[in-house]
Amino acid sequence: MKIKRRRIALDDLDWKILYALQENARQTYSETGRLLNVAHSTIYERIKKMEEHGIIKKYTTVVDLEKIGMKYLIAVMTVITDPKESENVAEKLSEFDEVLEVYTSLSSELLIIAKVVAEDQNKLHSFIAKSVAPLPGVLRIRTSIVTKKHKEGLLVGPNFNAHASKERRQLNSGGGVSG
Amino acid sequence: MFTQKILRKVLREKAFYFFSSIGNYIGESAASLEEFVGKIREVNPKSIEFHLYRGDFEKWVDEVLGDVRLAEKIRELRNQKLIGEDLQDQLYQTILKRYNELKTGFT
Repeated sequence: MKIKRRRIALDDLDWKILYALQENARQTYSETGRLLNVAHSTIYERIKKMEEHGIIKKYTTVVDLEKIGMKYLIAVMTVITDPKESENVAEKLSEFDEVLEVYTSLSSELLIIAKVVAEDQNKLHSFIAKSVAPLPGVLRIRTSIVTKKHKEGLLVGPNFNAHASKERRQLNSGGGVSG
Repeated sequence: MFTQKILRKVLREKAFYFFSSIGNYIGESAASLEEFVGKIREVNPKSIEFHLYRGDFEKWVDEVLGDVRLAEKIRELRNQKLIGEDLQDQLYQTILKRYNELKTGFT
C-alpha cells in the first residue's frame, strides 16, 4: 500500500540503497547488505518503506535498441508556445509514442523541451510537421538531432546535492525514512 | 465545384507549415491557396528552398488542395534548380498566376 505524504526525509543509508538500486535494481537484499555492510533484513525494511512512500516509484528495464538492430535517432525538440496553451501542448506531446520525455521551462519565453525518437530524419520531420506544429498554441519549434550520447542513466548520484545531504544528516539522527 | 475545392480553407492539421530545416518550424502556416500565395512571398527564401527541393510544396498542393496542375508547375520550377530570391520570386509568380486563374474562372 502506498503512503502519500508531502515531505519525506531520507538518511544516509536510504540514499546509499537508492544509489545501489539505480546501478542494479535486480540485486538481492543480501547483495545490497554485503555492499553496504548492513544486515539484509535492514535493507529489506528500508526498501519496503521507500516503496510504500512512493520514493521508489518502479523498477524498469533499459533496452539497448542498437543491440537488437533497431535504427533510430534521438532529437531534442524545443517548442515555443503561447503561454495560455503550454499545458495543453505539453499534455498532447506526452501522448505521442515518439516523445520520450517532456519538460516545461520558463526563460524569456515559455518553452517545452522534449526528447523525441524517430527512425530517421524524414520520419522525425514528418512527425513534427504533421503532429507537433499543428497543435494549437505552438509558435515555433527548434530541433537538434543528437549525434553522440555522453551520459544517460542515474537520476541522482552520490555527490548530488551534497550540501543538502549534510544538512539532512544534522536534522535526522538515524531515523531512516520518516514523514 | 473543382475550383471551389482547390480554393477552400483546410483544417489546421492539413495546413502547410513552413520550416527552415529538419524539425525547425518558423511559425508560419497556410491553410488555403490564398494564404499560401501570401506566405510564399513573406517567408525566408531558405525555407522555400528547403521545402521545394524536398518536394513538400507540390505534394501539399496535389494531395491536400487537389490541384494537380499547380503541382506540376511547381515540379517544373524545381527542375530549374533556382535558389534564393530568384526562386522565391518565380515560385510566387507561378502560384499567384494559378490563384488568379482559379479566382477568375480561367482554369
